[in-house]
Amino acid sequence: MIGPHSYIRAVFWPRLAGNRFAVAGGVVVLLLLVVSLIAPLIVPFSPNEINAWEVLAPPSLGHWFGTDDLGRDVFSRVVYGARISLLVGFVAAGIAVLIGTLIGLLAGFYGGWIDSLLMRVVDIMFCFPAFFLILAVITFLRPSIWYIMIIIGLTGWMGVARLVRAEVLSIREMDYIMAARCIGCSDRRLIFRHILPNAVSPALVAATLGIAGAILTESALSFLGIGVQPPTPSWGNILTSGKDYIEFAWWLSLFPGLAILVTVLAYNLLGEGVRDAMDPRVKQKR
Amino acid sequence: MATYLLKRILMLIPLMLGITLITFTVVHLAPGEPVEMQMAMNPKVGKEARERLRKFYGLDRPLHVQYADWVGKLVRLDLGRSFSPDNRPVTAKIRERLPITLSLNIIALLLEFGLAIPIGIMAATHRDTWLDKGITVFVFIGFAVPTFWLALLLMYLFGVKLGWLPISGLHTLGSDSYGIPRYLWDMAKHLVMPIMVASFGSLAGMSRYMRSSMLNVIGQDYITTARAKGLPERVVIYKHALRNALLPLITLAGFSIPGLIGGSVIFESIYSIPGMGQLFYQSVMSRDYPVVMGILIIGALLTLIGNLVADVCYALADPRIRHGGGAQ
Amino acid sequence: MRPARWFVLALVALAAACSQPAPQPKQVGSKDISPAYGDAIVEGTIGEASTLIPVLASDAASLAVAGQIYNGLVKYDKDLNIVGDLAESFDIARDGLTITFHLRRGVKWHDNAPFTARDVLYSYRVVIDPKTPTAYAEDFKQVKSITAPDDYTVRVTYGAPYAPALASWGAAILPAHLLEGQDITKSPLARKPVGTGPYRFKEWVAGQKVVLESNHDYFEGRPWIDRYIYRIIPDTSTMYMELKAGAVDLMNLTPVQFARQTTSTRFTARFNKYRYPSSGYVYMGYNLRHPLFTDKRVRQALTAAINKEELIHGVLFGMGQKAVGPIIPGRWAYNPHVKDIAYDPRHAAELLAQAGWREKNSDGILVKDGKPFSFTILTNQGNQQRLLTAQIVQQRLRFVGIDVRIRVVEWATFLKEFVDKGNFQVVMLGWNTSQDPDMYDIWHSSKTNPGELNFIGYKNAEVDRLLVEGRSTFDIEKRKKAYFRIQDILADEQPYTFLYVPDALPVVSSRIRGVKPAPAGIGYNQIHWYVPKAEQVY
Repeated sequence: MIGPHSYIRAVFWPRLAGNRFAVAGGVVVLLLLVVSLIAPLIVPFSPNEINAWEVLAPPSLGHWFGTDDLGRDVFSRVVYGARISLLVGFVAAGIAVLIGTLIGLLAGFYGGWIDSLLMRVVDIMFCFPAFFLILAVITFLRPSIWYIMIIIGLTGWMGVARLVRAEVLSIREMDYIMAARCIGCSDRRLIFRHILPNAVSPALVAATLGIAGAILTESALSFLGIGVQPPTPSWGNILTSGKDYIEFAWWLSLFPGLAILVTVLAYNLLGEGVRDAMDPRVKQKR
Repeated sequence: MATYLLKRILMLIPLMLGITLITFTVVHLAPGEPVEMQMAMNPKVGKEARERLRKFYGLDRPLHVQYADWVGKLVRLDLGRSFSPDNRPVTAKIRERLPITLSLNIIALLLEFGLAIPIGIMAATHRDTWLDKGITVFVFIGFAVPTFWLALLLMYLFGVKLGWLPISGLHTLGSDSYGIPRYLWDMAKHLVMPIMVASFGSLAGMSRYMRSSMLNVIGQDYITTARAKGLPERVVIYKHALRNALLPLITLAGFSIPGLIGGSVIFESIYSIPGMGQLFYQSVMSRDYPVVMGILIIGALLTLIGNLVADVCYALADPRIRHGGGAQ
Repeated sequence: MRPARWFVLALVALAAACSQPAPQPKQVGSKDISPAYGDAIVEGTIGEASTLIPVLASDAASLAVAGQIYNGLVKYDKDLNIVGDLAESFDIARDGLTITFHLRRGVKWHDNAPFTARDVLYSYRVVIDPKTPTAYAEDFKQVKSITAPDDYTVRVTYGAPYAPALASWGAAILPAHLLEGQDITKSPLARKPVGTGPYRFKEWVAGQKVVLESNHDYFEGRPWIDRYIYRIIPDTSTMYMELKAGAVDLMNLTPVQFARQTTSTRFTARFNKYRYPSSGYVYMGYNLRHPLFTDKRVRQALTAAINKEELIHGVLFGMGQKAVGPIIPGRWAYNPHVKDIAYDPRHAAELLAQAGWREKNSDGILVKDGKPFSFTILTNQGNQQRLLTAQIVQQRLRFVGIDVRIRVVEWATFLKEFVDKGNFQVVMLGWNTSQDPDMYDIWHSSKTNPGELNFIGYKNAEVDRLLVEGRSTFDIEKRKKAYFRIQDILADEQPYTFLYVPDALPVVSSRIRGVKPAPAGIGYNQIHWYVPKAEQVY
């Protein structure tokens, strides 16, 4: 058994660095984070500055990505949209991973009826088309950015729970856990000190993919009119505002569309890379 | 096998109960009422009219009574009547829409398999080559592009610019008078874009899964043995490896059902396909509770059935389960 | 009120100055373009009809379809005069309390049963029946008695003069022989209607289309176009692409589409666009129970801070007109001399200062007694124009130091949780007005209870008196005086900021001839629309 830290240093990083897609994905992800952090410094206009006398103007030197149906600068909105869309992604995925990990840990560690009960809940939640649930709940409550993040999170944790549970089941039987148990470690200490750190890797991959998924879900909700509400710009609602002008004001849909595509792609490639790099089976092959 | 099946079916009962509970809870989070929808913003509507409507729909009874009532009816396959002014039985509304969504999704699923399996094998056998990488990027783009955007772009390209495909709906007006072959051809043309959009998105998941499943199998001892015996690579891959690599995909098919059904909201709205997704969206917007609940239940039920079928297929294909061994 | 046949595009019209000249049928060589029977017209609709029994419906989609199938006793003609429809003529007694309708003879329901006074009596009884879930009972509750001396005469008596009385009989008459003694909410007619109108019901494919066929025995003559098809296309961008691909013949354009996307000669060769003022206005309504808006000067200031021209330019691409009061410009009850509050931010600031809003905090927001001037505009989901309007207003008010937030709420919740309970500060909404200027329900102080339409809580004794005066006389001059005065008062008090009257922007395939825009819009003469033989496609 290699300790988690030395494993990361010796195997994980070199492998990840060897995967060009994952590196590219990682670079894009970092870049987007930076952009959304320094957004106020790089935008030429305030994202919400309306100019009713200059609506739907094509890209120009003044407006690199053109203007939208209220004469707002699309470039500034896309840059600010990165903040909102990434926020939705992070928080939603964070909630999903948190709940999933907790439930997976409890189910895997305690087994017995707790396990059966929790796994039935997972099964039940898995039965629903998640998008239906999200759609209904958000409409019935109200489409606020917080509800959107929470509901996406609440409907996306089941996969994580299963992965973590499986991981815990295999770790639970390992010698070092047995040993810790023998010397009288409390359950809490066992779970959080010894099992969690080793079961966390599938959760991390799931988080990466979950961010991408949540960004897409938000854009689908925006299309149906119940995504992040204007004037707050999200990539989903900018893209939606451009859908009626696809042929003549292409700039209004192209740029947010590409932003979503590139970001989701980057998170996926990164997630895949992380998974491959952590997969012990792949090691045997090389 | 029979006991296995029986056990699986018995396990569905608590799941069904859970499903009804969640469905009912979700629907009753709502602060608004369907009555308001019907009144719209009409300058001539009196207050008594609203109260009258409320009573008419039974919304004045306590929640648990409404739930018990609903589950009781559900058992008898009665989903109640729609709140919308047409007041039709929910089962009738769903029945006329279910076949379209179901067949669309089945075709999309088949197409997905048809594409994902060869793509996954290709990627696995050409691992780390440019082909593998190209495939990776291609399928991920399919996943990453917002569905409705792709749908609109395709619609504009094939429908308006090139004029190759009809834009929306299921039939051309007047197609009822066509002969059967032409009628079907007309319908097929209408379905090309929706099915493309529906399956492109999930291609990534499935083909990546196929790839890793294939890689996994190729890494196993018996494949190494087969190779060592000097069997040609083609035989090794397609005869020995493929069969085993396909197994996990069966389960995945069961799992992908809710995703497909959920996605149907978007492409049915864009392509004006009168399916369950479109009905669901409309019902949610108008707070037509009975229909919303009905569709949630049916959607979950379809997933249950899908998973059951997948499990049974898996059991049939995998001797370990067939003989009562290692099912979780 | 009534779902009339000419109500095709959900927006009634008043042609007036800014309507485009009627496009002349294009003479293409020596091609025969004389009227011919045949072909079909396909109208795109966003929503699917819910029921085709009009008394139960209040959604635009249902009413549009039902309008082709049923008739009322009266209707508006192309110049918006009330004329007989199923009633050949009508007499109004000198005191105005009794209307006698003389019904057309020989009119047949689509199932060939004869139309008689019995149908009228039934239609009245069912609409006032408390068990009928209808939105249209109010008008008919004013009726004191209704009798049918013979099969082709109906006499209605009112307890007091009621000006909208005659117009209210434009409501669809239902077939008594198919409905009497039945539960109307469970009637199969909801899906398979039987009416007297120019088109008869053929089929309804759920979620796809409703097909109507021309009624060869229609009492005003057989419509030229054989089939009228409503195609259900829920997405606006899809519908527009279907129009361009030629699979939709008739729809409403958005201002952007009208101004920017449909100007090419390729488009104008294939379609005729029409433009005329709609019958609705968009407004911002202030909750007068809220302390922020009790002061008249504050409301005047808000109006002065909003640039209506900018809204019309930016949101409507210039295709609309300023609204200054609740009556649409051009109608007989419209007061052209109303004092409008012009856009003038400095004037707004002065008014606000007079009302005690003098200081600004570090964010530049006005402060009084330590509280910032901040409120939320509520509007309903699914209306892009309103949302854009709210956003422009938000920016304008920010300039004078008012912090505005926008909340878009789905319709049912909007009414139930906010409007009905008075739980709002400002709403942005629109009213669709009827031809009759009666607006008792919107402005009378007795209509401020939860669920009623004076939800902003407007109370003015003079307006109350004038509203009653206006609707309890038939004397146009007296009515005019009352409504003119009401408009003056509202313009001064600004319980709403009246924003604009958008134009209706229908587009029709140029293959369809005979479309003649009039004050009533384009739909009033649909039975005379035709497609020349050589151009028929269906």
